[in-house]
Amino acid sequence: MFLASTFAHIGKYCLFLGQTCRKPEKWRVFLRNILVEIDKVGVDSMGIVTIISLFVGAVITIQTANNLDNPFIPTYTVGFAARECIILEFSPTIICLVLAGKVGSNISSEIGTMRITEQIDALDIMGINSAGYLAAPKIIAMLVSVPLLVIYSIAIGIYGGYLAGKYTGLVPPDDFIYGIHFSLKPHYIPYSLFKSTIFGFIIASISSYCGYYTHGGALEVGKSSTKAVVISSIVVLMFNLIITELLLS
Amino acid sequence: MIEAKNVVKVFGERTILHGIDAVFETGKTNLIIGKSGSGKTVLLKSLVGLYDIDSGDILYDGRSTKTMDRKQKNSIRQEIGMLFQGSALFDSLTVEENVRFPLDMFTDMSLEERQERANFCLKRVNIINSNHLYPSEISGGMQKRVAIARAIALNPKYLFCDEPNSGLDPVTAAVIDNLISEITKEYGITTIMNTHDMNSVFSIGEKIIFINEGHKAWEGSSDTITNSNCEPLDEFIKTTRNIISKL
Ligand SMILES: Nc1ncnc2c1ncn2[C@@H]1O[C@H](COP(=O)(O)OP(=O)(O)OP(=O)(O)O)[C@@H](O)[C@H]1O
Ligand SMILES: [Mg+2]
Repeated sequence: MFLASTFAHIGKYCLFLGQTCRKPEKWRVFLRNILVEIDKVGVDSMGIVTIISLFVGAVITIQTANNLDNPFIPTYTVGFAARECIILEFSPTIICLVLAGKVGSNISSEIGTMRITEQIDALDIMGINSAGYLAAPKIIAMLVSVPLLVIYSIAIGIYGGYLAGKYTGLVPPDDFIYGIHFSLKPHYIPYSLFKSTIFGFIIASISSYCGYYTHGGALEVGKSSTKAVVISSIVVLMFNLIITELLLS
Repeated sequence: MIEAKNVVKVFGERTILHGIDAVFETGKTNLIIGKSGSGKTVLLKSLVGLYDIDSGDILYDGRSTKTMDRKQKNSIRQEIGMLFQGSALFDSLTVEENVRFPLDMFTDMSLEERQERANFCLKRVNIINSNHLYPSEISGGMQKRVAIARAIALNPKYLFCDEPNSGLDPVTAAVIDNLISEITKEYGITTIMNTHDMNSVFSIGEKIIFINEGHKAWEGSSDTITNSNCEPLDEFIKTTRNIISKL
């Protein structure tokens, strides 16, 4: 039963994606909507990304330093470990989970409200492809914004680690900087950006889907935005495993 | 002219519309009346194509929608204006942007021309000096009027209204009714309006179709409605009368 309904949803989701891919009615309006959405999902998320990255970067550094009290391990290892941790997992995955909460619930409740107040019917009646008009700009905005947010988060996270090492005296700045340059594997960055782009797509498309198929009233809008956050978080974690397995092992 | 031929609509196990035949005439205000839950909204949404019907056919001036593909349907939709039960203005757009929206999407007019047309439509429904307000900042009656302005922006041939005056005080309701009736005459539109308000029936109803439990039980004009020989309709009118006489 559960399996059957899951497959039914996956099928409906694929049809929904097919609908969003149709040619927009007016490119001018479409491009403007993309810019508006980039402002909403990207620029407006910078605050929370800054705060989380700064603090988590600092905590990763302090934790690593406290646990590496063996005198045979050089202190620059702390910088090295913090960098790997931030580039590989924290910035692409944890930041995307935070975005699934912030952006996902926003997208789904916005589209869900439009559904229950018949605004989507109004679009359909005008002969506008409502799925494409509403979801496509949001998906594209996420594809553009998420990798940029991740790069930004990596920079802020490492800086947070640097500050924490410096002001707690656990890691001297020179050692930390040596550590973050140590044994750098350049392909980690594209890997990280690739995976976060996929996550951005998952978050935007699943949240739009959940909102678009809301039925009923205000209560259901709340339910579908909870569903959007839960499902997109789980799918992000699943794809994290799959992508890591395929690309890094 | 819009013709419905034996329209059947089923939701799951329940048949909501049991084969409705009706003709809605051009340049007239055609009313669909009936009790709450009788299937008025479902009929209206089937007529405009928001719901796919399970059997039967709907013809727009002779053009059958049964055999149309998506492109042809979309081109007919640009000739349709619709008012929803809750006005359905776009929350994120201002009053003027709402009215300009269909023009932005479907015409190649310059911005000035589009603004001019939007202002013309807004003036027609007596909305002035509210262009930059958002739908949440204006009253329900004003929202309905803005929705009318949006619906007529592209000079529609067909206008569908789902209980346009529900939730309004009687005076404002009459204003909305008259506005719809005037616009229908002015532009020769085929207007189909759902209502359960007997005031609208007597003031603007030219052709009336009474729906009872998904069947067409009666059709006629406001002159003949009081001696219809249709029991459910008499009941419907009598109950409304009783409520009014008690006031
Ligand atoms: N999407 C739907 N799925 C299943 N059943 C529906 C759906 N829409 C309407 N119905 C059912 O169809 C019947 C007719 O509903 P409809 O909304 O057409 O009534 P109405 O005549 O417009 O009433 P009101 O005057 O209250 O608006 C109702 O019993 C309703 O439960
Ligand atoms: Mg209704």
